[in-house]
Amino acid sequence: MGIVSPGFFGRRGSGDTKLPPGQYLTHDFPVLSAGPTPRIDLDSWQFVVTTEIGQRKQWSWQELTSLPSEDITKDIHCVTKWSKLGTHWKGVPVETLLADVETAADYVMAHSYGGYTTNLPLEDLLNGQAWIAYQYDGAPLPPEHGGPARLLVPHLYFWKSAKWVRGLELMLADEPGFWETAGYHDYGDPWREQRYQGD
Amino acid sequence: MATLTERRRETDSAATLVFDVPDWPGHLPGQHVDIKLTAEDGYSTERSYSIASPAEGDRIELTIQRVHDGEVSPYLLEGLGVGDPIEIRGPIGGWFVWRDTDPDPVVLVAGGSGVVPLMAMVRARKAAGSRIPFRLIYSVRTPEDMLYANELRARVRDDMGLDIAYAYTREAPPDWPGEVGRLKLATVATHGWPPDLMPACFVCGPTGFVEAVADILVAQGHDPRKVKTERFGPTGT
Ligand SMILES: Cc1cc2nc3c(=O)[nH]c(=O)nc-3n(C[C@H](O)[C@H](O)[C@H](O)COP(=O)(O)OP(=O)(O)OC[C@H]3O[C@@H](n4cnc5c(N)ncnc54)[C@H](O)[C@@H]3O)c2cc1C
Repeated sequence: MGIVSPGFFGRRGSGDTKLPPGQYLTHDFPVLSAGPTPRIDLDSWQFVVTTEIGQRKQWSWQELTSLPSEDITKDIHCVTKWSKLGTHWKGVPVETLLADVETAADYVMAHSYGGYTTNLPLEDLLNGQAWIAYQYDGAPLPPEHGGPARLLVPHLYFWKSAKWVRGLELMLADEPGFWETAGYHDYGDPWREQRYQGD
Repeated sequence: MATLTERRRETDSAATLVFDVPDWPGHLPGQHVDIKLTAEDGYSTERSYSIASPAEGDRIELTIQRVHDGEVSPYLLEGLGVGDPIEIRGPIGGWFVWRDTDPDPVVLVAGGSGVVPLMAMVRARKAAGSRIPFRLIYSVRTPEDMLYANELRARVRDDMGLDIAYAYTREAPPDWPGEVGRLKLATVATHGWPPDLMPACFVCGPTGFVEAVADILVAQGHDPRKVKTERFGPTGT
């Protein structure tokens, strides 16, 4: 236990909601990004998977949204301390997009419109753990929350759920992405409070 | 572990807290710290606060704006006593920072308490004797909400190469010649830098404010990669 703050009681939740350490509950949907929100035209939007030997597989907006989709209800945890419970999304499982891709890679770099990147282990994107999400709460995903489409990996801190995603690059070795280079953790498990490098 | 050594009033709803943090490693202007509060039974919660002061030994200053019914900000403003210990972690963030070796002119756009990390940049510029031209556009609700009002007035006079423009969203001073309302493209274009100078742009404030201003800067022609943002709060109001 940390240093007790004299006279601090705090606003506890109902007691039965379990949040990762250091997180608090919000009913808003805050926005965290490093720069302006990119606006992306659906006609030129593309999603590209690139393998470690440079093979590419790509989808247009029409193609992606025609794939079988899932309705997803998950808690999300942002490294800036807020958590939001039971958020509703619709999207395509990442494993669907990787189904026909031959790779020996263990890591993935997610690339976004606007230039952001984030790194993840490939196994964290498979088995019903990650989606390319394009609807939030029954409506098209708004640009400030990552629309037209974002990666959704709710079991990791939310910066791993790259907004404005435009592709996944499969890699044999791990490399830090944008936020990770700026000092955030390479893996980012909220339950182990892996916020920053060294946690 | 840190100790509160002083609390200075800034406005009716904000104060600057000075902490002594032994072995503080130093920081860059724009970085923040995480504060962790723990109750007697072990319940704890954390929030982020930007550092308002430039690097200066073991001392850091934070400026806290009260959020109505907030869990942490009212405690920091009233509960925590001078001499009390507190858990502070940092410095954090390697992106929303200004380095005095960066050659580009700088435009800072602040909404409300978003001025805090930008003030650290203004102060660090002076402390480093930098001649990089800085322009600050500072939007507040009313004149009474303005943080650092006297210091900003003095700095415009004394810090060569610092310009400041103010904007009021609810209520302006009596003799105010401009409009009252949300920041507009025209204000940012007039009081910022033209895009061809390739300025470094820093925008900080409530989420809605940052979204709007970052869009304006991109619409004005600034390279999105030169626009760095820090979003303080979930709501835009
Ligand atoms: C990187 C970073 C740097 C920050 N730097 C500063 C700083 O220098 N000075 C400072 O005062 N704050 C700063 N903040 C905001 C700060 O972390 C807290 O969010 C804020 O103090 C509110 O916490 P609270 O516990 O008092 O309110 P909470 O209990 O978290 O919130 C109470 C209610 O107010 C709403 N709310 C929360 N935050 C805000 C807000 N900012 N504006 C309006 N409504 C809000 C919530 O949605 C909720 O409904 C920073 C935030 C970040 C992410």
